[in-house]
Amino acid sequence: MKEIINLPVSNIEEEEYHINMGPQHPSTHGVLRLLVSLQGEMVRSLKPHCGYIHRGIEKMCEKDTYPQVIHLTDRIDYLSAHINNHAVCLLVEKALEVDVPERVRYIRTIMDELARIQSHQLWWSSFGMDLGGLTCFFYGLRDREMILDIWEETTGSRFLQSYNCPGGVMQDIHPNFQKKVHAFLKTFKKKIKDYDRILSGNVIFENRSQGVGILSKEDAISYGVTGPSGRGSGWSCDVRKTEPYSMYGKVQFNEVLRYECDTYSRYMVRMQEMHESMNIIEQLIDNIPEGEHSAKMKAVIKLPAGEYFQRVESARGELGLFVVSDGNKTPYRMKFRTPSFSNLSVLDHISRGMKIADLVAIGASLDLVIPDIDR
Amino acid sequence: MNSFFKYFSDIFHGVKSLLIGMSVTGRYFFSPGQIVTQQYPENRKNLQMFERFKGEVIMLHDGNNQHRCNGCGICENNCPNGSIEVIPAKITGEDGKSKRVIDKHIYHLGMCTFCGLCVKNCPSNALGFGQEFEHAVFDRSKLTKVLNQPGSSIIKGVE
Ligand code: SF4
Ligand code: SF4
Repeated sequence: MKEIINLPVSNIEEEEYHINMGPQHPSTHGVLRLLVSLQGEMVRSLKPHCGYIHRGIEKMCEKDTYPQVIHLTDRIDYLSAHINNHAVCLLVEKALEVDVPERVRYIRTIMDELARIQSHQLWWSSFGMDLGGLTCFFYGLRDREMILDIWEETTGSRFLQSYNCPGGVMQDIHPNFQKKVHAFLKTFKKKIKDYDRILSGNVIFENRSQGVGILSKEDAISYGVTGPSGRGSGWSCDVRKTEPYSMYGKVQFNEVLRYECDTYSRYMVRMQEMHESMNIIEQLIDNIPEGEHSAKMKAVIKLPAGEYFQRVESARGELGLFVVSDGNKTPYRMKFRTPSFSNLSVLDHISRGMKIADLVAIGASLDLVIPDIDR
Repeated sequence: MNSFFKYFSDIFHGVKSLLIGMSVTGRYFFSPGQIVTQQYPENRKNLQMFERFKGEVIMLHDGNNQHRCNGCGICENNCPNGSIEVIPAKITGEDGKSKRVIDKHIYHLGMCTFCGLCVKNCPSNALGFGQEFEHAVFDRSKLTKVLNQPGSSIIKGVE
């Protein structure tokens, strides 16, 4: 109380006030707290307060062996669990110079793209819901269910699969896998047209997203906004193209770029990416080669002493994984460069001068996953 | 004049886009097609989980109440969060040699993250995943289970 009274009068702007958005706000999709400074309805600035779901995953990784680390990476960005696992496996395989069977690469790539589609489906659902279209939420989750079923049949879990393991995958794909993926592609190709009819062309949605939250290409680069959010500003930053891993070097797909730099453009990038992901899966699903589902690995995996880095394109952007090994079976230090953390850092910059209701739209367009920020 | 036309064309396009959206919701309202919602718990009796579904870790027993676990403790070492405690015992076999068997295979369901490492790494394939998923209990201590059934023994020839 005393501090507030002693503030010099000039520091308090007229009609400025602060509100907390979150940590229990439905549109922050998790425990993110934004301290928003407002003038009337206009956002003057905002400060994200992180740490509500900090679990110390990086520290926990230091006591786990490399196969055990996998189950923690699931829980960083739970919507791209497969992709996070993939990063750890690629890093370990690179360090040990293991050649994984061709079949594993196919399976991993298909799983990654399924993860990307279901992540974008959930993002689309909640984007619609944040802007007041509850129907979107039901339609998105309805279609996402098919992917979860495919996963449940093959990996045993719907959400946190822990399916990849160094050297391969835990189990071979289920005999029904290909059939079900085909069925999903067939259904979803029809359903995604509904998505466009309901939301993309909707007048209310267009007015709330076009010209809102402009993020220029220069800012995207300097803040490190990767993934669909960065590509919505015309920055070509797709790791699948720049540093292809697994099967990405061999399949044909386009990197989706848009140049309007606003919320609508980030939205359209993700909608287009779902088509591209389906395109990638279609090229791979019928050609999965026969073979082992895992390379032979030693019982105890020890990385040679040194530093390793691996990046992959998760559904939200570039996931970087940096490991320092001292030659033991556990990593000496494991650092995750998570996409949502960098994407959050730009929120203050692009929402200044916007209305508080636009902040919800901008936040949704960045597709933040809070455990990915706090880890 | 231009802004006058724009005003009306905006209204027209706005209404049109709303009608397109409503035609989609209306179509699903009148012909929902395939119904995806499952009526749980009413369908509990014939609810079929996928065979690989990870409900809980169990020890596989055959009809004679025999299992394949020899108490080696590899699953305990592989578990990332200490959900498994293996308590071995020593018994004297028929040939007079003492050998190691499992006394209690303790499993803390409340800590398990279903990573599958114990099942994958067990050298004698003694573990598996069960289909049970209704795990809610009133007392946390009920989540600690002993996986080898009382009175069970190891299948001959597995050791
Ligand atoms: S369950 Fe398997 S790994 Fe665990 S103690 Fe028994 S035999 Fe060893
Ligand atoms: S599934 Fe994973 S966490 Fe659960 S008991 Fe087995 S090794 Fe431990």
